[in-house]
Amino acid sequence: MSMAAIDSPQAISPPKSARPKREVIYRHRLWVRLSHWLNALCLLVLLMSGLQIFNAHSELYWGAQGFEIFPKVLTMHAARTVSGRAVGLTTVFGHRFFTTGLFGLSTYHAHLANRGFPAWITLPSWQDLSTGRRWHFFFAWLFVLNGLGYGLWSLFSRHFSRDLIPTVADLRGIGRSILDHALLRHPTGEAAKRYNVLQRLAYLVVMFVLLPLMVLTGMTMSPGLDAAFPQLLWVFDGRQSARTIHFCVAGLIVLFFVVHIVEVILAGPLNELRSMITGRYAVPPDHKATDPHG
Amino acid sequence: MADLISRRAALIGGVGASGLLLSGCDQLSHSPSVQRVLETAATVNYRAQRLVLTANGPLAPEFKPADIAPTFRVNGSAYPGTDDYKRLMDTNFSTYRLVVEGLVHHPLSFSLDDLRKLPSRTQITRHDCVEGWSCIGQWTGVQLGLLLKAAGLAPGARYVVFRCADDMGGGNLYYESIDLADAFHPQTILSYALNGQPLPVAHGAPIRLRVERQLGYKQAKYVMRIQVVDSFARLGGGKGGFWEDQGYAWYAGI
Repeated sequence: MSMAAIDSPQAISPPKSARPKREVIYRHRLWVRLSHWLNALCLLVLLMSGLQIFNAHSELYWGAQGFEIFPKVLTMHAARTVSGRAVGLTTVFGHRFFTTGLFGLSTYHAHLANRGFPAWITLPSWQDLSTGRRWHFFFAWLFVLNGLGYGLWSLFSRHFSRDLIPTVADLRGIGRSILDHALLRHPTGEAAKRYNVLQRLAYLVVMFVLLPLMVLTGMTMSPGLDAAFPQLLWVFDGRQSARTIHFCVAGLIVLFFVVHIVEVILAGPLNELRSMITGRYAVPPDHKATDPHG
Repeated sequence: MADLISRRAALIGGVGASGLLLSGCDQLSHSPSVQRVLETAATVNYRAQRLVLTANGPLAPEFKPADIAPTFRVNGSAYPGTDDYKRLMDTNFSTYRLVVEGLVHHPLSFSLDDLRKLPSRTQITRHDCVEGWSCIGQWTGVQLGLLLKAAGLAPGARYVVFRCADDMGGGNLYYESIDLADAFHPQTILSYALNGQPLPVAHGAPIRLRVERQLGYKQAKYVMRIQVVDSFARLGGGKGGFWEDQGYAWYAGI
């Protein structure tokens, strides 16, 4: 058995003929697929309800406290120009950007609304902090339970050590991997059966840095948990800093999502999507092996 | 070519699906049964925090005088314009009486001077609004636990309700409630001073509740009566507070 499928040593159809048409491997086991989709759902709901919560006070600060009279990291508001035109204004460290239609001022049911993020990306679409909070906390618990379940399973099944932690050889080849990614070259054959080094590092950073940061900064915004675990305030430099970090890390997770989707599309969207639904993944044929001149 | 078509199909499918998802999410936000399911998280939040936040449990962080905000942000009611309240203001609150009643052995009544003569606690704490902002101020007042011990809780006492003077519209007076773990917490005070000055009207004169391990809407202003009850189901909208009746969680430790 020489097959090194990503989540499983088991191959569905090992190459039996001299010229295999397309090798299909069992790439993602059931637990990975379930937790992946549950995680995707949680992150989507958490993002949209989180933006709803942000809209209740569309300003960010640094330190323990912050409201209108304090220095702002970010603001999103509607304003009027000298000529009386309503505009959406976003400020980042005092730098002003006109963001009419997107941030600060956007349309809701054909009316202009003074709101940080537009209706189409908040949950619920209308301004409703209490409902946003209900969605957010329910899916926060689901997200944490799913993450813990995945983490424990991955530890015991050696998913982390086998599939995610880069090998020394992986790390040595990081330069080449960066070049491959930049040139949009995707691995084929044997190399496509395992995660490449940038993929491994990206997943590890998301799993062990970004997602835990979201949970911890979220906890730091709770006055109850600040009493129980005041260390959180020390780590994140106060409740308002935690709120700002929570917002920024959410942005990094969105960035990861965009790159993730681009990579899926470049690597063959249907094959990739199928592998995360049924587990079965068709290995892209090795160019050398199929090259008639080879 | 086939790949191109399938990519386009996937894209169109994706955009269509997200549109459906959006309107679907709004439908779910309107559905009372879905919202009841989501509300279970509020109970989990409460139970989880009560594991670590007991009556004798940890204190909310306290700050240095230098941390006090230049002005304390005014939010919610800034002036209860009722005739009763105006009469209290006219006497500079000398006719004010704080009543402690309900499931207690000895119902009590305190003037503002009575409360000021009792042992006081001063704390510099961070006020966290549910909207997201925070403001640090110094509060001085009498511990609620002290009054409750003096009144003596009767069997069945589970919650402490605060009936306030501010009219939230249509004669709906503000009210709030907390459990006994928070009621007997040392930082839970009935404050009569903010930043060393008598509590301003905009901040709840003459008495504002401080429950430092919870969010701003629990910090009831203009407290007139304290009722000890076994359940708040028959009060107001039945959810234990004005904002709770509008859909906010009763336990606001998060």
